Amino acid sequence: MAKLLLRRLGQMVLIMAVVSLILFIVFDSDKFKKQIAVNELGGFGVQALTEQEYENWLTSKGLNVPFYVRYVDWVGDVLRGDFGFSFEKNTAVGPLLAERLVATGILGFWVFALMIPIALTTGVVAGMKEGSVQDRTVSFISVLTTSIPEIATAIFLTVVFALGLGWLPTKSAMTQGFDWTQLVLPVATLVLYDFGYVARMTRASMAEVMISQYIRTAILKGIPYRRVIMRHALRNALIAPFTVIVLQLNWLLSGVVVVEVFFQYNGFGRLLLDAALFGDIYVIQAATLVAVFIAVFSQIISDVGYTLLNPRIRFS
Amino acid sequence: MSAAAEAPIPTPSVLARLSRPRPLVVLILLMWVPLVTYVMFGHLIGPSRDILLVPAVPATLILYVLAMRAWWESKIAVIGATMVFFWMLMAVSAPYLPLIDPNQPIAPFTLPFTEKNGIFFWLGTDFKGRDMLSRAIWGCQRVIVWGVTATLVAYVVGTAFGLIAGYLGGWWDEIISFLANVLLSFPVMVLFILILNYLGQSGFNIVIAVTFASAPAIMRIVRGLALDIKSRDYVYAAQTRGEHPIWIMVIELLPNVRGPIIVDACLRLGYTTVAITTLTFLGLGLQPPDPDWGLMIKEAANTAMIFKFSYMLIIPALSVSSLILGFNLMADGLREMSLRD
Repeated sequence: MAKLLLRRLGQMVLIMAVVSLILFIVFDSDKFKKQIAVNELGGFGVQALTEQEYENWLTSKGLNVPFYVRYVDWVGDVLRGDFGFSFEKNTAVGPLLAERLVATGILGFWVFALMIPIALTTGVVAGMKEGSVQDRTVSFISVLTTSIPEIATAIFLTVVFALGLGWLPTKSAMTQGFDWTQLVLPVATLVLYDFGYVARMTRASMAEVMISQYIRTAILKGIPYRRVIMRHALRNALIAPFTVIVLQLNWLLSGVVVVEVFFQYNGFGRLLLDAALFGDIYVIQAATLVAVFIAVFSQIISDVGYTLLNPRIRFS
Repeated sequence: MSAAAEAPIPTPSVLARLSRPRPLVVLILLMWVPLVTYVMFGHLIGPSRDILLVPAVPATLILYVLAMRAWWESKIAVIGATMVFFWMLMAVSAPYLPLIDPNQPIAPFTLPFTEKNGIFFWLGTDFKGRDMLSRAIWGCQRVIVWGVTATLVAYVVGTAFGLIAGYLGGWWDEIISFLANVLLSFPVMVLFILILNYLGQSGFNIVIAVTFASAPAIMRIVRGLALDIKSRDYVYAAQTRGEHPIWIMVIELLPNVRGPIIVDACLRLGYTTVAITTLTFLGLGLQPPDPDWGLMIKEAANTAMIFKFSYMLIIPALSVSSLILGFNLMADGLREMSLRD
């Protein structure tokens, strides 16, 4: 177990090193340096610069040092906890990233807090009796909600609850401090899109357990149906959904980009998109590292959790 | 009587004859090649490009009839295919429909079902005064063409690498699997943003970005299937005959991994459509002024956040949702049928 864990963690560090090196090489091109210059000084400003002044500007930003030197420096800095400096926002990347991650973390917390109970309950209810009315209803709803992309869900919810009924604000920029009403629509959008997938997985897992021999035996022994479900079936049926739910963390990092941009919520996804459009390399580096870390780490957790929950694998 | 004994062999109906593999391929090409040429290279051909789509319209209709015939037993597949073929038909027949030019500004902020300047607007106009109905129908062309092309390229690349990794094994497998792991450890949207930002924003670059994002997952599926098939007797037989590994991969392995891949492809078509719409919305995808659902959403979200004008958001959102729902239902139906057989 410990050996497997170490191997996976080692693999993760290797992947992160490869990814960040590739990003440094990619963003070393003249095109990108120019892009940063245009974004910072304006198009006319850059054209007015002489060759020498442009060189001076690059030197002042530390951009004309070869990328491998910058990469080594950067790795040293990151190991000391310094993530560099944002060209666009003119602040240190570390605190900026932390602030945005907390914002996305709040969003993610509520998404999971609502999605997990809804998805598991509906999935179990549907899987208890395959082909029943409740099964068909849940399957239909989950196909429908997962087929509507987040951008469309966001639009429908905004039009009905914000523009039509006027109950909720259309934007979630939180300019006047934290406001929970601005959190409702982004969370609802993500929950609606995501719960269907987890519910379908739970349903499949539950349906498989319900036709197994030991459930039939338990029912034939005369144990009350409720008890069979709660004590016998659920324990095995919830192993597979666990791994699926943990892997949704990875999906969430993709999903938040469009939702945060649409609702103007100042979170991680918006930071990443802004940085990519600006060419803000140190922010992109840090954000990508965090994204890859979360993605790979959630995979490790789901693998380890699956092994721990499933005695057949644990003892073999 | 001799007449009864010599009953003629029933000749297969036209539809049955068209359902054979070869006519089917011809029909699909007749539908697909003109549409792709029209959208990708139409600006090079000029005004005479409208002739291109003439064979595509009947081909699409015949394919729809054949799909209905083949999938009749699964209601879900029929509903899904109807939705997909509706948009497909809109895409190929857009130049022949009596529509207003989608890029022509006429009367800004005209509500649906009203008349202005002597023209009746079924779905209203947008903030620049361009007809929404026309933009919604023309918009599906780009989404469908780039979405399907990107998925197709991702499948070709993913399948090729999957076969190599699975069949040859060894170092090939190690290297390909590591690269796939690197790509899979990115959240999809992060990968899209990085690639499109690096390459620039165009349809062809979307194809590349989707390939980078989807091919690793496809490669994993194909690799698993290839590992399983590799130890079958007919593969050993081919090896004993001394056939070339590439030949074995194409002739022996490829036809046997086809089945599971087709259902997955339907689902992935949905993901790619979502991705293309979302990327255009984020300003990273296809460029204005040509109509596109993601672009319509982006423009409306910046200009018309009032309930009265919410149709500008609702129309493209409904369009994209119905296309994706169609793909997903089709995938569900196909899976159901493949399990029954």
